[in-house]
Amino acid sequence: MGMGILGRKLGMTQIFDEKGLSVPVTVVEAGPCSVVAVKSRESDGYTAVSLAFGDIKPSKLNRPERGVFEKKGLDPKKWIREFRIDDTDGFEVGGVVTVELFENGETVDVVGKSKGKGFAGVIKRHHFGGGPASHGASKFHREPGSAGASSSPSHIFKGKTMPGRMGGDRVTVKNLSIAGIDTENNLLLIKGAIPGPRNGLVMIRKQVEAPR
Amino acid sequence: MDSKIALIESRFLRKDAPDFRPGDTVKVHVKVTEGNRERIQVFEGVIIARQHGGTRETFTVRKISGGVGVERIFPLHCPSVDHIEVVRHGKVRRAKLYYLRKLSGKAARIKERRF
Repeated sequence: MGMGILGRKLGMTQIFDEKGLSVPVTVVEAGPCSVVAVKSRESDGYTAVSLAFGDIKPSKLNRPERGVFEKKGLDPKKWIREFRIDDTDGFEVGGVVTVELFENGETVDVVGKSKGKGFAGVIKRHHFGGGPASHGASKFHREPGSAGASSSPSHIFKGKTMPGRMGGDRVTVKNLSIAGIDTENNLLLIKGAIPGPRNGLVMIRKQVEAPR
Repeated sequence: MDSKIALIESRFLRKDAPDFRPGDTVKVHVKVTEGNRERIQVFEGVIIARQHGGTRETFTVRKISGGVGVERIFPLHCPSVDHIEVVRHGKVRRAKLYYLRKLSGKAARIKERRF
């Protein structure tokens, strides 16, 4: 997978491109991230770069969390996430990753945690059609209906779509393009919507060409 | 709104926008591309609404063209709106002048606002 950066989703707005068309964008405050660890095949069995992001008071972290940063002489951060990349050359503990990693117009993948919807019914959760709103329909408007057949097979198939907890999942949105970069303020403008609430953590990942 | 979003938006806002309100009569000079030629078209009418804020701000212009009411909604900060010219200031008591749609002729007149 490609190298990326951690960011905080700030919200959406619209900007105008050079043709004068309006472009919907999500503004993400991305980086500067400090490198907390570089994993190598010899010592860890895989290669990755661990980034930390989000300024926080040291007193807000517990001792093991603080220890990670203190041991390496880094400023404490709120989040630590790993990017699994094959080539970790050029990354060393204490280094900094900024939005300069990206170029304008580049396509990226964005990973976030979707907004929690609570216990949701089948219409919202699985796009069921529901029942008729009128024409004598009685107490059957947003119901799931039949869950399966009778004595054969006499059980409900595994994976039957039913009501339940919705949202709060890790969601990856692929092929989003970068509509603008502000290196001065560490801002990335990503065309379109990205998962998660405002102020939520997002990972923005470069795309790697699939090996042929 | 987050101050950093406001910062991004501030780069796309029109700096030369005149001060106009609902009730004012304006000439909107719009860039029109035909093939690869670009020319300016003028749409003149009464502002009947201004909506939203930031880069999303729009205004609605209403005019009577050939006896038929025509309304166009322009994004205020859109680069294809070349410039906006205020012809006349109108005195109205509403922010949205949708009632003009039901009026015609003499009844649809708006008093001029004097300074």
